[in-house]
Amino acid sequence: MSDILVKIRDLHFSRGNRKIFDGLSMDIPRQGITAIMGPSGTGKTTLLKLMGGQLRPDSGSVEVDGLNVHQLSTKKLFELRKRMGMLFQSGALLTDLTVFENVAYPLREHTQLNDAMIRHLVLLKLNAVGLRGAAEMSPSELSGGMARRVALARAIALDPMMVMYDEPFTGQDPISMGVLVSLISELNSALNICSIVVSHDVPETMSIADHVHIISAGKVIESGSPASLENSESAWTHQFVHGDADGPVPFHYPAKPLLDDLYTGS
Amino acid sequence: MFNGRLDLLQHIGANTLQRFRRLGRGSLFLFDVVVGCASLISRPGLLIKQLYSVGVQTLLIIVVAGLFVGMVMALQSYYALVDFGAEDSVGVMVALSLLRELGPVITALLFAGRAGSALTAEIGLMKATEQLSGMEMMAVNPMKRIIAPRFLAGFLSMPLLATIFSAVGVMGAYVVAVEFLGLDSGAFWSQPQNKVDLYLDIYNGIIKSVVFGFVATWIAVFEGYDCVPTSEGLGQATTRTVVHSSLAILFLDFVLTALMFAK
Ligand SMILES: Nc1ncnc2c1ncn2[C@@H]1O[C@H](COP(=O)(O)OP(=O)(O)OP(=O)(O)O)[C@@H](O)[C@H]1O
Ligand SMILES: [Mg+2]
Repeated sequence: MSDILVKIRDLHFSRGNRKIFDGLSMDIPRQGITAIMGPSGTGKTTLLKLMGGQLRPDSGSVEVDGLNVHQLSTKKLFELRKRMGMLFQSGALLTDLTVFENVAYPLREHTQLNDAMIRHLVLLKLNAVGLRGAAEMSPSELSGGMARRVALARAIALDPMMVMYDEPFTGQDPISMGVLVSLISELNSALNICSIVVSHDVPETMSIADHVHIISAGKVIESGSPASLENSESAWTHQFVHGDADGPVPFHYPAKPLLDDLYTGS
Repeated sequence: MFNGRLDLLQHIGANTLQRFRRLGRGSLFLFDVVVGCASLISRPGLLIKQLYSVGVQTLLIIVVAGLFVGMVMALQSYYALVDFGAEDSVGVMVALSLLRELGPVITALLFAGRAGSALTAEIGLMKATEQLSGMEMMAVNPMKRIIAPRFLAGFLSMPLLATIFSAVGVMGAYVVAVEFLGLDSGAFWSQPQNKVDLYLDIYNGIIKSVVFGFVATWIAVFEGYDCVPTSEGLGQATTRTVVHSSLAILFLDFVLTALMFAK
């Protein structure tokens, strides 16, 4: 068993005419928390969807646990996905089910456990995210932050080998943010899994990550431990990690110069 | 000028291509859905739940509409027939119109407006809120769990609804003809008994409603699944469901009628 769980090689992907990934390569180790950071709109969500096999790259390969995600049959891909948990940016809870049933959903679909056992497991997972009391609520009654925590409980319901977190911290108040940060870190060490955290909350993410990849303009700009990135020589990394407004990372979506746009008048 | 024409030509070409691409996607989608229906054998609960929301919840509007259509038909045919002393034929006239045409067609149009639009909106919203993606990532195929039960429920409900529509319509006609207009109840029932043919009228009507149900539900679930996941895209998809299924129903009605009743 190699200690690399996700191996991405020379990945190219575009949406329409816009290149999102342009030869991205990345290794994600089997254990520990790997953070993927980068400015908004660089394709972090897209990258997770490529890892989950929901999108197809134009070229390049994504291997998860030794399997090339985009060459698997649907059946094999689904088998693989049972071992991957994913926390969507929006939560993506099923709105016609209660919180309890949402967390129970993957268990009911993929295991033969009886009701009593499912109840135990679900309540334990909900307890872990502090929402056992909300079990009978419907997703529409939850706040955005609560919905994210329920989604987290659901993502770990099947005890996966890896969990992908898409922006787990946005929309959390400072207390639940702190709780969530330590939760992700505790879950990771308790279950001994691979956690991939996509986020632009730099300090929180850096505080728990073992490895960090910073991506921008379709490539990995720099990787390393949080400490090494803090003191990075690279201007890109420095700007991102310290949140400077001015620097090589553009704040603007690619466009022609503002004056051109204003004077052409149409 | 030349440029304008070329642009127009290009526009038409691109539009046509896009339409055919959509038709292709729709056909592949239909194939997946039909395959997905097989998995419902092990999960009948999903189907029953959808039969309730697609079928049972459409029942009220179908019953009310059927009642009024039958009553109006009775009045209209009475006024037309009474001049020829043929008012005893009101019963058969209403029954045949309902069974052959109005039952399947009006039910299908109401079905597209009530159940079809709701299906599109529901599936489209599930797509927009990433619920479908979320299921895929949980290794659950939304084709099997979400689309197939809804499709099958619509397909099964339509013929039943059309049958109920026709039955209620005849009863409405009976009330108007016999209770209000004072026709003889024996005459009202005896003519349909002789004249309505099991194969030509009843079976053909059922075949129509099966075809309409298939097409209307297919369009509804496909539009939802294929919609642009924004509020605007969702609105457009819902509108398209109603417009396209209504047109498809009326067009198919003509084709089927021409095939069935050609002498
Ligand atoms: N369905 C889509 N169709 C076309 N373009 C898309 C689509 N989804 C995303 N994009 C484009 O892909 C790029 C990357 O999107 P993505 O959602 O992966 O960004 P992100 O890094 O997750 O950003 P954020 O941090 O804001 O969530 C964006 O520039 C966006 O314009
Ligand atoms: Mg994102």
